Parts: sequence; C-alpha cells; structure tokens
Amino acid sequence: MITLDHVSKTYSTGAPALNDVSLHIDPGEFVFIVGDSGSGKSTLIKLLLRELLPTSGNIEVNGINVVKLKHRQIPMYRRKLGVVFQDFRLLKDRNVYENVAFAQRIVQTPGKEIRRNVPSMLSTVGLAGKYKAKPKQLSGGEQQRVALARALVNNPPILLADEPTGNLDPNNSWEIMKLFEEINETGTTVVVVTHNREIVNAMKKRVIAMNKGVIISDEKEGTYVDEI
Amino acid sequence: MRFSTFFYTLKQGIVNIFRNKWYSLASIATISACLLMFGVFYSVVANFQYIVKMAQEGVSVTVFFDEGLSDDRIAEIGDIINARPEVARTNFVSADEAWESFKEDYLGEYADGFGDDNPIADSANYEVYLKDVSKQDDLVNYLEGVDGVREVNHSEITANTLSGMNKLVSYVSLGIIAILLAVSVFLISNTVTIGISVRKEEIGIMKYIGATDFFVRAPFVIEGILIGVLGCVVPLVSIYFIYNKVIDYLSTRFTMLSQLLKFLSVQQIFQILIPVSLAIGIGIGFIGSFSTVRKHIRV
Repeated sequence: MITLDHVSKTYSTGAPALNDVSLHIDPGEFVFIVGDSGSGKSTLIKLLLRELLPTSGNIEVNGINVVKLKHRQIPMYRRKLGVVFQDFRLLKDRNVYENVAFAQRIVQTPGKEIRRNVPSMLSTVGLAGKYKAKPKQLSGGEQQRVALARALVNNPPILLADEPTGNLDPNNSWEIMKLFEEINETGTTVVVVTHNREIVNAMKKRVIAMNKGVIISDEKEGTYVDEI
Repeated sequence: MRFSTFFYTLKQGIVNIFRNKWYSLASIATISACLLMFGVFYSVVANFQYIVKMAQEGVSVTVFFDEGLSDDRIAEIGDIINARPEVARTNFVSADEAWESFKEDYLGEYADGFGDDNPIADSANYEVYLKDVSKQDDLVNYLEGVDGVREVNHSEITANTLSGMNKLVSYVSLGIIAILLAVSVFLISNTVTIGISVRKEEIGIMKYIGATDFFVRAPFVIEGILIGVLGCVVPLVSIYFIYNKVIDYLSTRFTMLSQLLKFLSVQQIFQILIPVSLAIGIGIGFIGSFSTVRKHIRV
C-alpha cells in the first residue's frame, strides 16, 4: 500500500531531512511514526502528500508512483488520501457542514449524496448537533473531529495524520485516537505521525521510530523509542 | 462539470465578495477610480476629436473647369473625383449658383447694377469634401492633372492645422492612456497583494484535500469578474450624470461656444465607453484574481 524505497530528501538550504529511508506499510495497518523535532517525520508526510519530491529514491502509494506524478495528476492522487493536521486547517469562514461537504464537492459528489453523507459522517465523529457552528466556536478537539470527518467523508483507503493530538488536551487526544482505531477497524490504513509517548505506548500498534532522518527502529507492537 | 458544481462555483464567487468585504470594496474602489479617470479623459478626447472632425468636414477643395467645357465632360470629371478614395462627397455649383452666392456674401444691394449679367460665367465648379484633410495635397495634385480642369482652389493652412491638431490629439491621447494604464496596474497590483494574504491559507487547504486547479481558481475568477463589473457601474453612472450636466452648463453659460462647437451626446459617448469600460473592468478583475491564485496554486 505504501512503499518507500531508499528515499532521501535534502532541502534547498542543504539541510538533510531524510537519509536513505525504506519502509513498507500493508493495507489495513495502523502505524505510528515517532521521533523528536527534526527527525524527518513531517517531511515523510509531506512526501506522501506529494507536497515535496524526494531528492532520490522512490515512493509508491496505492500502486501509484508518487515521484512520477504530473502536477495535474496530484489532485486525483490526494483524493485517495485522508489528511489530518495538527492545526486542523479548516476553512474558517464556513460552518462545520460546509467544511466537510467541501471535500465531497471537490470530487463532484451529487448534492443528494452530500446531504446524506455529511450528516452521517458528522454523527460518526460525534458532531451531529454542531453542523451549523463555525470553527472558532468549537474546542480544539471538536475542530479536529471536523477535520477527521472531512478527511474520511470520501472513504479514502489511507488516512495520514500529522501530529493530530499536538494541540489537544489528554482527554480529547484519547477521543481522537479512539476514532482513528475505529476507522482502522473498517479497513482503512492509518499512519499517525506523533510524539505523544503515552498514546503510542498504550495503543500497542506498529511503531516506526525516526531520528535525524533515518529509521532507528520498526516494531510490530512497539513502544515509543527514545533518541539513541 | 456537473450543474451542481457549476452553481456551487458561481455561488462561492458571489459569497466570496461578501466574505472578504473590505478586500472587495478596496478592489471595486480601485477599479472604479481607474475607470472614472479613463471615462472622463475619453469623454474630453472624444469631443475634441469630434470637433476637429466637424471642422475637417467643412474644408473643401474647389475645382474650376476650362472655358466652354461641355456638360458631359463636367459630369465625367465629377465621376472621376467621386471615384477617388479620399473623397467624402462632392457638390456641383453652377455658374448661376456661384454668382448668387457671391452676390449674397460680398455685394448685397450693390449687385443690382449688374442686372442679369453674370460676370463670373465660367465659375461653375465642384466643391470637393475630403474624408481626411491630410490627403488634400495628393488630391489637389491629381485634380490639377485632369483634362478639362482649369484651377483647383484649396487652403493649405487650414488643412495642415486641422491635420496637425488631429495628430496631436491622437499622440496626447495615447500618452495619457498609457499613463492611466500604468497607474491602474500599480493600484491593482497593490490591492491584489492585500488579497493574497487572505487567500493563501484557503487555497492551500483546498489543494491538500484534492481540489483541482480549476476548482480552486473558478470561484476566485468569478469573484474577480464580478468585482470588475461592479467597479464599472460607479464610474459609468457618475459619468452619465456629470457629462449631461457639463454639456448643459456649457450650452447655457457659453451660448457663443455652443453655436460654434457641437458636442457628442451621452449616448454616442457610451456606445464606446460602456464596452471598453466593461472590457477593462472585467479584464482587470480576471487577470487580478487569476494571478493571485496562480501564486499559491502549486501546492
């Protein structure tokens, strides 16, 4: 499902972010990518989103060679990925319903289906009663649920989350992680970049630990690995 | 594109105007200011050119014939003159008509002494009016060579002055239009720069969740075009009322002026001003929004 083959990334400033990284994630897996700031985990997410291109190596996602994608092919590729960010990235001037519906409008879902799918997705993330609220009227946890609903409404086979609990309190962090687990149980591949030690250690999922742009450990039911 | 997507895009374009109302107002005001300057300038120049054109149309070349030339040959000469591309129209003046006109203009009651005699019996002529007085020399040279033509009268000074004025007006117009365009581009690029900060985040989010360039761009472009159209309305309505007031004022206050000069009607001015203003307004709105989005679309 996701394969990185000897991927390196050096920024134009000369700073190396990833150094010869290879990994494989199977369909339906739940994977944590952990590491401190500067370990290269966010670069990894940006490469998967095709926001960046690797300096060398190959990336394959859903059978697509991401490196060879043309600019006009990128939107189609991204529609197969659900993405959740630390800062939620909601459209601030639109309400909860419109934020989620927007992802469906992009893929030109008929209006009738949008009116059916969006309330259903909002009730999955526990926000059915707040569909009219604007993002600034919601708590951090609620905003992240909206972002999650938007990421999932088009049923993507892969969900990428970049520090999804970074701006949340412990309770909300756990609520979000439970939702991720439920989504994973429906067959969606979930990749979570985090440095939340408590959650990683408690959930007993595959843990890929990174440090200074290289993978330092990859364990099936792993725990948070500290810098070596 | 689905109908629902089309209407969504259209609706978003309209909603965007209200969402960023200060940005929209600033853009509309900028376009309005530019078009108002353009409209006022165009109204003045168009009237000036009209007045010069009217004066040019009054300039004529007079063609006299050899003594005793037959009527058939005179008619042939008329055909030859009318066939020239620079000729707008001709008017045949018989010897009697020429004498009557001369008496009226210069002799008055003293003409009675001539009785029925016509002292200018060989003064039948064609008055030739030109489309463009700068071509007068070419026509005169040609006519002087036509068999049966005795003399060609013309005023070189009048023709040269009017032709020079016309050229001057054209050059000054071009210069001022260029300056106005440069000012417009400067003002609009400043407004667009303000808009970029508002749009940057929004465009990025849309692109991350898989929106195509077209889907991201279309509402912004519709918004830009609508801002352009709204930016046209204020100057056009203002010019409509101001123009009529100024013409009324000039006609009533300076009656001598209004007898000498004829001004274009507001309808004649608007025949050009409406399509040109709309084209400029929509063009600016389109290019402004298109370029704003382009800077952030490659995410």
